[in-house]
This record gives sequence, structure tokens and C-alpha cells, in this order.
Amino acid sequence: MIRYEHVTFTYPGAPSPVLVDVDLTLAEGELTLVLGASGSGKSTLLAATNGLVPRFTGGTLLGSVTVDGRSTEAYAPRELADVVGFVGQDPAAGFVTDTVEDELAYVMENLGVAPATMRRRVEDVLDLLGLHELRQRPLGSLSGGQQQRVAIGATLTASPSVLVLDEPTSALDPASAEDVLAALARLVHDLGTTVVLAEHRLERVVQFADRVVVVPGAGGALAHGTPGEILAHSPVAPPVVRLGRLAGWSPLPLSIRDARRLAGPLRASLEGALDGARRAAERAPGDVVASVRDLGVAYGPITALRDVDLELRAGEVVALMGRNGSGKSTLLAHLAGLRRSTRGRVLVGGDEPASLSAAEARSRIGLVPQQAALLLFQQRVDAECTAADEEVSRPAGTTRALLDRLLPGVPDPVHPRDLSEGQRLALALAVVLAGDPDLLLLDEPTRGLDEHAKAELACVLRGLADEGRCIVLATHDVEVVAVVADRAVVLADGEVVADGPARDVVTHSPVFAPQVAKILSPQPWLTVAEVEAGMARVAVRSAGATRPTEVAP
Amino acid sequence: MTAPAVAGADRWERLRVPPAVDERAAGQAQAGDARRRLLHPLAWWAWALVLATAAMRTTNPLLGLLVIAVCAFVVSARRTTAPWSRSFALALRLGLILVVLRMVLACVFAVRVPGNVVFTLPEAELPAWAAGVSVGGSVTVELLARAFAEGVRLAAIVACAGAANALASPRRLLRSLPAVLYEAGVAVTVALSFVPEVVEQLARLRDARRLRGRPSTGIHALRGLALPVLEGGLDGAVSLAASMDARGYGRRGDAPARTRHVATAALCAGLLGVAMGSYSVLDASAPRALGLPVMAIGSLLLVSGLVLAGRRSPRTIYRPDVWRWRETAVAVSGVPAVLAMTVAASGDPEAVDWAATLPMTWPPLPLVAVAGILLATLPAWVAPRLPWALDPTTGRADGAGAAT
Repeated sequence: MIRYEHVTFTYPGAPSPVLVDVDLTLAEGELTLVLGASGSGKSTLLAATNGLVPRFTGGTLLGSVTVDGRSTEAYAPRELADVVGFVGQDPAAGFVTDTVEDELAYVMENLGVAPATMRRRVEDVLDLLGLHELRQRPLGSLSGGQQQRVAIGATLTASPSVLVLDEPTSALDPASAEDVLAALARLVHDLGTTVVLAEHRLERVVQFADRVVVVPGAGGALAHGTPGEILAHSPVAPPVVRLGRLAGWSPLPLSIRDARRLAGPLRASLEGALDGARRAAERAPGDVVASVRDLGVAYGPITALRDVDLELRAGEVVALMGRNGSGKSTLLAHLAGLRRSTRGRVLVGGDEPASLSAAEARSRIGLVPQQAALLLFQQRVDAECTAADEEVSRPAGTTRALLDRLLPGVPDPVHPRDLSEGQRLALALAVVLAGDPDLLLLDEPTRGLDEHAKAELACVLRGLADEGRCIVLATHDVEVVAVVADRAVVLADGEVVADGPARDVVTHSPVFAPQVAKILSPQPWLTVAEVEAGMARVAVRSAGATRPTEVAP
Repeated sequence: MTAPAVAGADRWERLRVPPAVDERAAGQAQAGDARRRLLHPLAWWAWALVLATAAMRTTNPLLGLLVIAVCAFVVSARRTTAPWSRSFALALRLGLILVVLRMVLACVFAVRVPGNVVFTLPEAELPAWAAGVSVGGSVTVELLARAFAEGVRLAAIVACAGAANALASPRRLLRSLPAVLYEAGVAVTVALSFVPEVVEQLARLRDARRLRGRPSTGIHALRGLALPVLEGGLDGAVSLAASMDARGYGRRGDAPARTRHVATAALCAGLLGVAMGSYSVLDASAPRALGLPVMAIGSLLLVSGLVLAGRRSPRTIYRPDVWRWRETAVAVSGVPAVLAMTVAASGDPEAVDWAATLPMTWPPLPLVAVAGILLATLPAWVAPRLPWALDPTTGRADGAGAAT
């Protein structure tokens, strides 16, 4: 269905090509998952399927890409609209019309589909994606998951044989992500649509994939195969696969269901092994850094937060979880003093953060917004570091030293826009940390980060908390919460519905439980590393228990 | 072009599930009250434009305020739950700013009007070449009244535009345009959607500046914000363009090149003819005999160009808005206001083209003009009621109103 023949692509001005001699055929009716570190050329490979690369990006493409027998060299993206549906990273940025129904019909209007057919297909897609209740809603009023489904539907009405999606679930909460993925699985199964998608959240999608393509980046050769083949040896793998490797399960499970069937013996052997580790991991509570009392926020008729009570203490990492639009970002904005509370009180170090001067606020509170790039104003990395030093009157080189500690090797002369997601986040974090805040807030820091960068971030956050800072991170990424958080706070419709040790909160929720917890429930294990340590303890204990019987005879 | 559509139809036949169809039929029955629908956007814009013409005709502030009140009344009766419906409040605020601005400028720069002095500003000596313009001087009640009246006239025009915007979004209007104007219209609406995006981006960047401990208001901040805002706007425009292209915007029609050229030539000649014609009709010094024929020929060329060009476009329209008697009624309900203004002006020019003179008097209220303007409230009853999901009085924003 899609055929890449000797494709080599170089971005304009880039010293070396991002894709080199890619030779790949994607069969009809398959769901292909494209993996790779951020900046490796995944998105480039995807956008080449309908000619958006190189027609919208510039650069030179050698070789040929053919979709359903049409070459992207001869056909512009618009002439391929009836064959390839393309959904970009930010669905809202691609909306053309006002309402859901019009957005779904837009592509058909351009294709000149007969009105009666249009009417029927819009209804079909509304049902297929569960959008019928939203048909007349303005697009701006939809949640992230709904927007993503509308964006997918808006390409589906052309009944394309290929659907290409760039990170369709990375901005979504776990439940919305499942909705979107279920819709995609239905397309593949019921309609035989060929789906190609790139995604960093392996744990969410790998079970749906028929085929995995790994883009190594820097022009390396592509690897492809079935998910089982690729993941058995891949350095990046979802927790379910890593647990399978650790326990030596065969065949390697890809879904929770497969893993649970194999997990019986492991569960039995791990019984009781967690208690000692849990006690050791408990920390003495630090001083209160920030407190929120009865906070209520309303935007017009919509309640964003209601009666929120929180105490944030030094040395703890707090995960703020909840649906898209549940009030996480609003709460962070109040803690950072960007908004003034209308009801209730927010105190950071004894003062209302909104009343502090900008400079004073910066020395107490640091917030890394969802788009970390917003924090960066300069044209070069070194200029950014110098500016940050001057803003907080610290000796020159402070920010650069922080950056090198967080992520060594970020080049100086580069524009922050051209850094990889992980590097940009590290730079923004270094700029914020230059003010030496006691309270560090991060809004969706793992969005767009690959597995490797996520692991590094978790390590950095743990280190910062151990220095005595309080860290609050708003996130949908349950696996990162499992690794790094001490405490989890769940918001729903602006109210706190759960607040407690991360282990208790997430393992008791079917939505927020990480994969390891789902596999080993009812035992509250969170991460593969924990299970590995537990297995080691069990081995030592059983070795100790068996020795006397060996000595006796 | 037909081949993929047929293949697509097969693909979709497999998907038709009977229960879903039943649900849909039920849904239609509930929303079914056929009288509930959205009025054709062209009708709203025609109504607003005609009313704006009436407002433009008068400097009597009482009549101007009456036009604003009529707009507000109709908007409150027939606006939807959609976010752009709030644009009327914005238009009113903009109108208020215009009135104040007009008065302030009049105090500083305007030609002096004799009368009762309220206060005196220091007068600046201007060089000879700037004769006729004065800066500062005595400000009289009459001067303020004139400026107020002119400000109200502007505010009334803005209110009409705001009302049209709130009642039918420009994007809906675009769908009803002839195919050839479509492309130009897309450029306009994309540019319009750029504005709220920039406002949002600006707010985000302000927050970011505060987070870095920099000033987030004032001239200095503005300089630091301009570049990132423009960058963000450009990024947005490029991704929108990519999305439109990927969804088939601007596909080639299969009309022969000759038809295209003829259509373009007819359009250009037609536009030129209409422009020349309307100039000679409006300008009393131009020969009247020349004006009307040129205008007629120009319009004819323009229409045939539009038809020809429309034929070459492969576009179809999803659920096109229908034009029934209610649309006609709404579109013409502004006309009495214009006629009444002309009648009133011929009876008492002072009442319509009012200007404060010494001694100051309360502006008169010509009854004919008032009656004409009041007739423009008709759409509040004539326009069909809104579909359940969009009606702020019955439906909920989430559309669940239709289900219960």
C-alpha cells in the first residue's frame, strides 16, 4: 500500500540527511507503529507519505514514495486527500471550520462528493468515533481527546485507504487515549484501513500494532518486524515487555492480558516481598512549602477548581493527575502566582504568590509550562543561559552548570527551537532552577519525550526532591508517576478526589494504574526495577532458608 | 475523480449497522421540529448591512443609539451558544472606545466650534503650512456634542457588524459564497482566526515572562513579546495550510483552460464596469446617461464570470443553508429603516443630519425614522428558532438537550 524506495531526505541547511536510503513496504490493512527517539525522523517519515515532506518543509528528497500506486512526486498532498488521511501532532492547529459536523464534511466538500453521500458518511463517522452527541458543538469547546477524535474523523470521511497519525495520544489522559486507540483498532479490523502511527507511549499502543518500524535517527538503517521480534531486543520497551524479559516469559507478552496469564508463579513468589522495601522508601515529611486552602476558581459559568485543599512539603514529588480539563494547569497557575484566586487562599512560604513581585516569585517558585519553549526568549543556548544568570543575579555560568548537570552535551550555538524535546526541556528546567526555587512545578513535562529522556527526567526530579525542594508535576503519564512520585493527587472536575501515597492512589485506580501494577495486582508493585529488587530479596531469603536443611543431614 | 468515490462507497457499506441507523432516526425526530433551524447567514449579513447603511445616513445620536438598541435586541433573541456569539459584547465595547476616542481627539485637534466653553486647553502655535488645523484651544459643549454624535454613528455601524458576526459566523457565510469567491474568502477567514490565536499566544507569553521574573506589561515587555508572537502566528498558519492541503483544499477542477481564462476575463471586466458605473451614479457631476448602462453591463459580466468560474470548481457543499421566505423577510426588514431615513431627511434635514449649534438643543426625534428603525427588530420574531443544541434558552452547551 505504501512503498518507500531508496528514500533519502535532507532538511534545508542540515549538514546530513535525517533519513538515508529507506526501503520499506507497508502492507494493506496493517497497523504499523513507528518508533524512535525524538528528532530521529519519525515525523519526517510519516509526513513523506502524502508529500507534506518535502512540499511544506523544504529540503531534498531522493528516491520515491508511492501510495496506492500514486507517487508523491507527481501528486500534491491535496490530490492524495482521497487516499491518505493525515492527522498532525496538534489536532486543534489543523481545524479549518467552526463546528464538528462542518469539520467532518470539509474534506468531502473539497473532493466534490455528492451531497447525499456526504450526509451519510458524516453520520457513519459520527457513530464510528462516538461523536454524535458533539455534532453541532464548536470545535474550540471540545476536550483534547474529543478534538483528536474529530481530527481523525475529519480525514476518515474521505474514506482514505491509509491513515497517518503523528503522536495521536501523547497529549491525552489515559481514558481518552484508550478511546482514540479503540477507534483506530476498529478501523483496522472493520474497514481494512492501513494505519501508520508514531508514538512515544509504547505501553499504550504496542498491543494494537501488527508491525513495528524503528527509526534509529542520524541516518541509521531502519529495523522492522513484528512487535514481538523487535521488542525482544529493543533497548526501549514498555514495562510489560521488560517485566516479561525479567521473568523469562515466553512468548514475550505484549498486552496486560497475556502477561497476567503468565504471571501466576511470579505473583506467588513475590508474596510479602514488598513490605520491607516500602518501609525503607518512606521518608520523614519535610516542612510545608506551600499550602492551598479552599481554593475555588470559576471562568464564567465554568468551575475550574472547587474547594481544593493541599499541603505541599519539602522533599516530596507530587503527581497531579486527572482528565484533560480537570483543573491541573489552573492549579499550577495559581501556585505559581500567574492567577489570583477569587475564593480561598494560596500561600507559598507564607505569602500569596500572586502578590509577590515577579523577581521575588521567581526565587521561590519555578514553573515549566506545557510548551517549555515559551520560557526561552533568546536566539542561542548560551545567550539564554547568560540571560537567566543576569535575571537572578547569580554568577555567570550558574545556569550552564545546572544544564550540564541535568543533561550534558547541549550545544551552545544552537537556537532553542532546533534542540530536541528533551534538550529543550532540560534548558527550560535549568533556566527555572537558576532562581533556586523551593517549589518546582512542571506541566506535562513528558509530552513528546522518548523513553530514554523520560528516564533521565525521572532521575533528575528525584535528585532535586532529595535536595529538599518540593516538586509538583501535572501529568498523564502513569509510568513516570510510578517511577518518580511519592504522592499522587487526582483531580476531577476541579475537585480533589484522591490524595495519598502514590502507590495507594494509582494501584487502586483502573485508569491510572501502571502496567506492572495491573499485571501483579492485587500486590501493589509499581515498576520493573522494584520487581527486580524484590526478586533479588526473595532469592536471598530462600537461599538463607534452604541452607540449614542442606547442612542438617 | 469518480473512481475513488465509488471504491470508498463499498468500503463504507460494510460499516452500516442497523441499530446506529435507528438511533439516528430517533435523534432526528427529537430535533425534528423542522421550524427550528439556523437562518441563512447571508440573510443576517444583508439585514445588518442595510441597517448599517441607515446608521451611516444620520448624525442624530438618538437615532444612532436606537440602531444599537435594535441590534442588541435581535442578537439577544437569536444568538447561539457558540463562542463567536459573544462577539457582540466586544463590538459594543469597541463602539464605546470609538466614542471616547472621537471626543478626546475633537478636544485636541478639531475645528473650534463657538459656544459655551467647558474648559480651555493650551493652544499650540502651528506653522503657516498647517493653517486650518488647530491644536488645543477652548472646548465647548457644542464641540463635545458634535464629536459624541459622530462617535455614536461609528459605534452604530460597528454594532451592526458585531451583530452580524454574532448571529452568523463569517465562516458560515463563506460556505454560501459562490465557488469563485471561496478562495478569497478562505484567506479572509484564516486571517480572522489568526486574531484570537495571537491574543491567546500573547497571554501565554506574558505568563512565561513573569515566570522568568521579567516585567510582563509595558512598552519594554511588548518589544520582547512581538517576535515570539509573530513566530507563533506563523507556525500556526503553516500547520493550518498543511492541514488544509492534506484535506484536499485547492484541488484542480477538470474544466479546460479556455473556460478558466474566459471566466477570469469576464470577472475582471465586470468588476471594472461595476466600479465605474457606481462612481458615475454616486457622483452627481458625472453624466447620468453613461452611469447606468455601464453598471448594468458590468453586473452582467460579473455574474456570468461567477457562474462560469463556479462551474469549473469541483467543490460541493455539505448541507447547504436553505433560503425560504423567512430569509427574505429578514434580509429586507432593514430596508424600511433606510427609506424612513430618506423620507425624514426630505421632510426635516436638520433632524437627520443633526449638528449641535449655538444655542445647544436636544436633538429632535423624527417619528418616521424611529418607526423605520424599529421595523428592523422584526427578525427577532421572523427568524426561525434555533436548533435545540445551540439555543441558549433551551439547549445545553454539550448538546445533551436534544437527547432528553
